[in-house]
Amino acid sequence: MSTSLLFLIVIALGIVGWFLGNWRARASVGGKTSALHSRPGYYGAYVLLWTTLPAVFLIIVWNVLSPIAVSSLVTAKLPENIQNGPEQARALTMSTVRMIENGLSKLSPEDLDKTADPATDVKALLMSKGAPLAVTPEPFAVDAARYQLTLKNSSQLLLTLSSIGLAALGLAFALFQVSPKLRSRNAVETVALAGLLGCSMVAILTTLGIVLSMLFESIHFFSIVPIQNFLFGTVWDPRFSSAGSGSGGGGEFGLLPLLWGTLYISIVALLVAVPVGLFSAVYMSEYASRGVRMTAKPLLEILAGIPTIVYGFFALITFGPLLRDLGAHVGLSISATSVLTAGLIMGVMLIPFVSSLSDDIINAVPQSLREGSYGLGATQSETIKRVILPAALPGIVGAILLAASRAIGETMIVVLAAGIAPNLTLNPFEPVTTITVKIVSQLTGDLEFNSPQTLVAFALGLTLFVFTLALNIYALYIVRKYREQYE
Amino acid sequence: MLNVQTNELQQGATKLGGALNPHKVAAKDVSVYYGEKRALFDVTVNIPDRGVMAFIGPSGCGKSTFLRCINRMNDTIPICRVTGKITIEDEDIYDPSLDVVQLRARVGMVFQKPNPFPKSIYENVAYGPRIHGLAGSKAELDHIVETSLQRAALWKEVKDRLNDPGTGLSGGQQQRLCIARAVAVSPEVILMDEPCSALDPIATAKVEELIDELKQNFCIIIVTHSMQQAARVSQRTAFFHLGVLVEEGATNDIFTNPNDQRTQDYITGRFG
Ligand SMILES: Nc1ncnc2c1ncn2[C@@H]1O[C@H](COP(=O)(O)OP(=O)(O)OP(=O)(O)O)[C@@H](O)[C@H]1O
Ligand SMILES: [Mg+2]
Repeated sequence: MSTSLLFLIVIALGIVGWFLGNWRARASVGGKTSALHSRPGYYGAYVLLWTTLPAVFLIIVWNVLSPIAVSSLVTAKLPENIQNGPEQARALTMSTVRMIENGLSKLSPEDLDKTADPATDVKALLMSKGAPLAVTPEPFAVDAARYQLTLKNSSQLLLTLSSIGLAALGLAFALFQVSPKLRSRNAVETVALAGLLGCSMVAILTTLGIVLSMLFESIHFFSIVPIQNFLFGTVWDPRFSSAGSGSGGGGEFGLLPLLWGTLYISIVALLVAVPVGLFSAVYMSEYASRGVRMTAKPLLEILAGIPTIVYGFFALITFGPLLRDLGAHVGLSISATSVLTAGLIMGVMLIPFVSSLSDDIINAVPQSLREGSYGLGATQSETIKRVILPAALPGIVGAILLAASRAIGETMIVVLAAGIAPNLTLNPFEPVTTITVKIVSQLTGDLEFNSPQTLVAFALGLTLFVFTLALNIYALYIVRKYREQYE
Repeated sequence: MLNVQTNELQQGATKLGGALNPHKVAAKDVSVYYGEKRALFDVTVNIPDRGVMAFIGPSGCGKSTFLRCINRMNDTIPICRVTGKITIEDEDIYDPSLDVVQLRARVGMVFQKPNPFPKSIYENVAYGPRIHGLAGSKAELDHIVETSLQRAALWKEVKDRLNDPGTGLSGGQQQRLCIARAVAVSPEVILMDEPCSALDPIATAKVEELIDELKQNFCIIIVTHSMQQAARVSQRTAFFHLGVLVEEGATNDIFTNPNDQRTQDYITGRFG
């Protein structure tokens, strides 16, 4: 019986258990449910959980462990020379065995018996059943495959029996326990709590896993390229080392040009986004009439919903060439992909981000402060400049830092609009490249996975992660401090 | 000649019952609407200078609403509409040519809930003088801050920590800071909306003492829910009920010998 069908059966048993538990609880007090410790539904849930949880747990564990056990048993059946041979040869044989087994599983029992005879042409037989093999299998591989098939079948049968048995046992056990005094609500709530905890752990564990994998690959990278060359190198030129063994040190993995490009573009972007976003927030929250606010705010939020790739090709196709032509008019040579192109477009992308966060923060400044200021004869602009903005400042700084961390991690716009040349330049009209762009370009193409060219992507990712994490933590800290002020 | 005569007359009247000071604020047929809802009905009242006028009445009767008309704070509520006429020293404050910012500099306000700015104590008090350019030098500003804090009976408690944030003071201290802030711009009229509702008896006593002192120079209008407080600090009292000004007169008369049954019921605690 297949695993998914097994799941369904267990769940069906659980539902039956729910009804039985519910019914038994009611019956135990003669329908006077107020005499029960918990509402009848909890008794049903209690039985349901006892029925399903152990069985589901068994099915999961079995499905993890049984392939391991089966493959080690099958490996033990292989000829000595393969068992003791190189790892790769063994893996190859095992994958052939798996393929044959896959074909064998489609055969009728009589045909299966025939394959035990070395004279049978297994390849042709399988071919006729629609399971083509690439090579003519050796007899020992066919034997092993048949063995593997038998093992799997009996494992599945055992699982079916034991899991359904366990579910039935759980049902009976829990049903037997049902009595007016049983604290079923507490038990059910404990399980629910564990479920909630599990869900929140998923996010945390995923983050942890990603960070750890980046960390390990980075350490691997730093064992090939010294960390100081990475952090303080001023030249980014990874191509040349691929030919040598790596120890020759032909490749240069200097982070600084990429970091500089990232920061330069982010600064240009913030120079656009912060004033525009902040002033629009001030207008929206302090001056705009209701009608204007009702229409302009959703429009700004639409701007925030545009995928960044769209900004990217807008920059590449329209804005970059426009800027170049404009530059040519006034005698400036601006390349189509440049710090300016990417920075300005990214700035536009960040405007709604800055403005909607700042708007919220400005709105959170209590009305009583405004009235206090007006009451002293302050004008609206004095009130904004001297009371509202200072009061909102920590929060606004937090918003700006969050925007900065987005700018640093932004990929699509810079991939398309910043260029790929790792320049250490102050000229905003020249192309530069960023950490994110290089991560993309190092991981595309068909480089060997263990080469420093690929591994450097992890080191770059880790750098990026550390930067944005630090910015985010600092921003959150500031925002939180600001919140406390009015509570 | 005529002037001298009226002056003498007023002085005589002051001696008699403190009732006939020249009017500082005069309201005539003032009505207020919040959208469709009418909150005040044709309120007419004259408020004397150099004295304390108390507004009393059950919750929701429009005391705050009327108070906020006097410095046009209701302008900040979009749905609020005011009709009728309010004058301060015979100047119509709803006249379109009048600058509301200047009006508010002349009419200070202390709110029900203390609302110090998230700035230092010093900056809180210096805020008004700064924006109105009242001080020519740092020394002058220091002087204004000190005298204002002294008048608000707060100087002794904060003189060593003027640079601490105003929000870090206790509730009562914050309220006195707000009073100092209002006094610092030397307004002619001070509006106080339940200034003691968040204070303990000791702080309340201090604020009342302060009101007593301020009335030598200012026209003070105070909203209060405490009849005792109205009796203690005010010379005149107005009783509001459901948006109507029911009765207005010398505090003594209102409390001992009210004309209207509703006033009688309210001050004897039969409703409200
Ligand atoms: N901003 C507003 N929008 C709509 N209605 C309002 C607003 N402010 C006050 N009102 C209404 O106007 C009426 C008078 O309110 P007001 O605040 O003046 O009462 P009050 O006498 O000060 O009461 P309290 O003693 O509880 O402070 C009430 O019915 C109130 O619901
Ligand atoms: Mg009120």
